[in-house]
Amino acid sequence: MYNFTLWDILSNLLLAARWTVLLSAIAFVCGGIAGVLVLLARVAPLRPLQTAMKLYIELFQGTPLLMQLFIVFFALPLTGIETSPWTAAAVALTLFTSAYLAEIWRGCVEAVPRGQWEASASLAMSYGEQMRYVVLPQALRIAVPPTVGFSVQVVKGTAVTSIIGFVEVTKAGTMITNATFQPFLVYGLVGLIYFALCYPLSLSAKALERKLNVAR
Amino acid sequence: MAYRFDFSSLADYTPVLVQGVATTVGLTLIGGVLGVGIGIAGAAARSSGNAPVRFAVGSYVELIRNTPFLVQLFFIFFGLPSLGVRLPEWQAAVLAMVINLGAYATEIIRAGIDATPKGQIEAGASLGMTGPQIFRYIILGPAMGKIWPALTSQIIIVMLGSSVCSQIAVEELSFAANFIQSRNFRPFEVYFLATALYLALAIALRWLLARLGDRMFRGGARV
Repeated sequence: MYNFTLWDILSNLLLAARWTVLLSAIAFVCGGIAGVLVLLARVAPLRPLQTAMKLYIELFQGTPLLMQLFIVFFALPLTGIETSPWTAAAVALTLFTSAYLAEIWRGCVEAVPRGQWEASASLAMSYGEQMRYVVLPQALRIAVPPTVGFSVQVVKGTAVTSIIGFVEVTKAGTMITNATFQPFLVYGLVGLIYFALCYPLSLSAKALERKLNVAR
Repeated sequence: MAYRFDFSSLADYTPVLVQGVATTVGLTLIGGVLGVGIGIAGAAARSSGNAPVRFAVGSYVELIRNTPFLVQLFFIFFGLPSLGVRLPEWQAAVLAMVINLGAYATEIIRAGIDATPKGQIEAGASLGMTGPQIFRYIILGPAMGKIWPALTSQIIIVMLGSSVCSQIAVEELSFAANFIQSRNFRPFEVYFLATALYLALAIALRWLLARLGDRMFRGGARV
């Protein structure tokens, strides 16, 4: 029987961790872009649009990521789109991220004092101009720490994609466990890899928050 | 070609779904109560204990908050038997949920405790109350009231997260969905229905917890 050294296990996990990082990055960037659109629709002065986006957010925040993944994984082929675990994972995580980010950012936009809207309106700025030049720049400042904090949820969310067969670090852990019969070691290492990815993000979110509070 | 939805084949599996919902609710109930209990203990230890205790609780919180629930679950279910701790599926699931919620609850409740005005603690001390009395009668109630909405959200996140417990063969709602779709080959309908059930559970739980919070922390919550 072949014996696996610690380095065999760790190096394979680290290779798989690349996909965790890549998927997180894709989900975060695409989710961020989609999130801005959802946010703009969510706060737009148009009742039906607001309601629709509220439902969208409620839907993604009120259902498990696992179910969202399954639905995307099984629903996309029905519309004729060829689905691999890769695309299903990327699409589902993007939608998930967009809903959460839009909700976080809505709080930030609403934290901008009402007077700022009124002042810019009294300068004859249009809604778009108010948003673009007055409200968003101020909202952006308060939005940075919670956004960085949420990125941790995205990284952790990628673990669930292992269930639809996307080979990232958790799936690699399962596969390696099946070969080595050392679940304690392997899942311990998997946990540590996630910790190494997420803890710096958590720390910087906390540091950014502190900086923002001091600046105020 | 348009896809034809067919929910009729799901009717035969109603008992499986009911069983799944009941298990999810049960897991959430036990996990929620014990997890919040650990959160209160952890928050108390972190805000009053000595330095090593604070460090230990802080490490626990950060370790859990920065790793995925699925990995924690696998570690407990597959990893712990190497140490001689062999748990049945549902016990492993409950343990993982309690440990997970406990870490988040510790952090949330601590924020509430930190927001207690110093004057109130001093007022308690000047009435001759002991440390635990001050914690129990002065700090905890208003702190829980303040952070109740955040705690509610976290409990709902844990409930939704419990869907991955299907991976260690706990027969909860998503396990039921997997089981049914492997029988009737209608994955889309099944997952659609399971997702709707989760949404209904989340809405119901939010409503229930809001009522509970109103009842338990009346007066303290509204600032």
